[in-house]
Amino acid sequence: MSTRPLRPDLQRIADWITPDASVLDLGCGDGELLAWLARHKHTRNYGVEIDVDSVTACVEKGINVIHSDLESGLTQFEDGSFDFVVLSLTIQAMHNVEGILREMLRVGRTGLVTFPNFGYWENRWQIMIGRMPVSETIPYQWYNTPNIHFCTLYDFDGLLGKLGMRNTGRVVLNEGHEITVLPNLRGSLAVVRFEKV
Amino acid sequence: MTQSVGIVTPQKIAFETPITLSSGVTLPRYDLMVETYGELNAARSNAILICHALSGHHHVAGKHREDDKAPGWWDTMIGPGKPIDTNRFFVIGVNNLGGCHGSTGPSTINPDTGQPFGSTFPLVLVRDWVETQVRLADHFGIRQFAAVVGGSLGGMQALRWTITHPERVRHALVIASAPKLTAQNIAFNDVARQAILTDPDFHGGDYYQHGVVPRRGLRLARMLGHITYLSDDGMGEKFGRMLRSGEYKYGFDVEFEIESYLRYQGDKFSDYFDANTYLLMTKALDYFDPGRFYGGDLVAALREAHAKFLVVSFTSDWRFSPERSREIVKALLDAKRDVTYAEIESAHGHDAFLMEDPPYHNIMRAYLNRIAAEVNA
Repeated sequence: MSTRPLRPDLQRIADWITPDASVLDLGCGDGELLAWLARHKHTRNYGVEIDVDSVTACVEKGINVIHSDLESGLTQFEDGSFDFVVLSLTIQAMHNVEGILREMLRVGRTGLVTFPNFGYWENRWQIMIGRMPVSETIPYQWYNTPNIHFCTLYDFDGLLGKLGMRNTGRVVLNEGHEITVLPNLRGSLAVVRFEKV
Repeated sequence: MTQSVGIVTPQKIAFETPITLSSGVTLPRYDLMVETYGELNAARSNAILICHALSGHHHVAGKHREDDKAPGWWDTMIGPGKPIDTNRFFVIGVNNLGGCHGSTGPSTINPDTGQPFGSTFPLVLVRDWVETQVRLADHFGIRQFAAVVGGSLGGMQALRWTITHPERVRHALVIASAPKLTAQNIAFNDVARQAILTDPDFHGGDYYQHGVVPRRGLRLARMLGHITYLSDDGMGEKFGRMLRSGEYKYGFDVEFEIESYLRYQGDKFSDYFDANTYLLMTKALDYFDPGRFYGGDLVAALREAHAKFLVVSFTSDWRFSPERSREIVKALLDAKRDVTYAEIESAHGHDAFLMEDPPYHNIMRAYLNRIAAEVNA
């Protein structure tokens, strides 16, 4: 198994996950996070992934993975079956954002989400000069983007409140470095931990 | 480099200890036809059992003779360098009890009467097959299978293994299968059975003594089955409305290519398959319901399992649809078992599990590599 370091945003998620916990990673890709967690924190892991080649990549890493579309919900998982449920860089491309957040805290105790911060100054600037934003965390053109639900740090917290959930921790990154001053302006990527109120 | 296991020779293994079947009937002895590929390692940890579906048998890979037209029924999956790699695994193919390819079944001569068993051969359930397969494992000195693998009815056997003999199966690969048949599925089986049972040549199952076989019934049963194993799209792609002569003939002879294909398949099948075995296999399918002995709770049944699972389904399979595989997955998750699930995009319907398809074979290969690493194969 690989010992190379995790992607910075995944590392922030991993830092919040306690040893021996049970973890569900939604849209787990090739299983990089879960493989790291299994090795370093001995977690009990499940992944959900829509792409069949990524499912195979997970199997190669020895990760349990369910080939499924998140849009159809998490009906295969029982209430409270995980300590942590992760949704990494996926929420902005989902149709039913409220649905998936509710599902995350139905099947798990703590949710961990990462999303591109639309309030990042470069995005604001590009809109101000009359163009749709294209950046490191939003690398698509308007006509080919899978992203349909952008938000800022404040917007996301607002939705959590509406759903009876609360932000219990946030790290904001720019090119992998943590931003503490003016995060909603200077951070391009948000990592948010949330739980039920 | 992938290649065939080459020329293989089946062996008949005799079991002289009586077996009492689920129906209450006891068989004093029985034979099982078996083929093996690859080498059993010193630790006897690298054995894989292949369970067959409705019309399958022990001849899973390779050829019996150089000039055989076709290799074994799962030759795409099993061989040196193939997903079930015979350079690493010791693979056993078995013809189930009640079969018609050399294992004791309805067409076998009953030593007490000197006549084929025919109508006196007992019905056999999936759990009975698993008991005979356990004895087969004992015969080879295999304490625990690295994996029990099967598609369709074969997947049901793999599932049953994990519930009845949890300590003897490390991984179960359940492909294009179901936790139990639906009413629609039982209905298809019953039409197939009725075709056979109402054939005048059936003679209550004792047609052997009359020197006939219920060929028409078996042929119809196979034609019906075959339709349900293909998808509408797959059939449309392959045959469409193609006419053999290019124009309408205004009669009931073979006109459309699909008619020709189905009749050919039916004829071929009725030449070699035993009607009583067909009846028996369809009843085993209908009766399979592992949750039944746990108050109808599949989750409770699967809590018995120690194995890890790979469940695979195919998008266009409507006979054993992805929904049915997802029921197995959900029950395994609820039972806190380890499971990986893949839903393979395919136009080939239920038959997709027998075909070569890169995403399907890639995931099988990846999973089997993981097993090989665990058992030092």
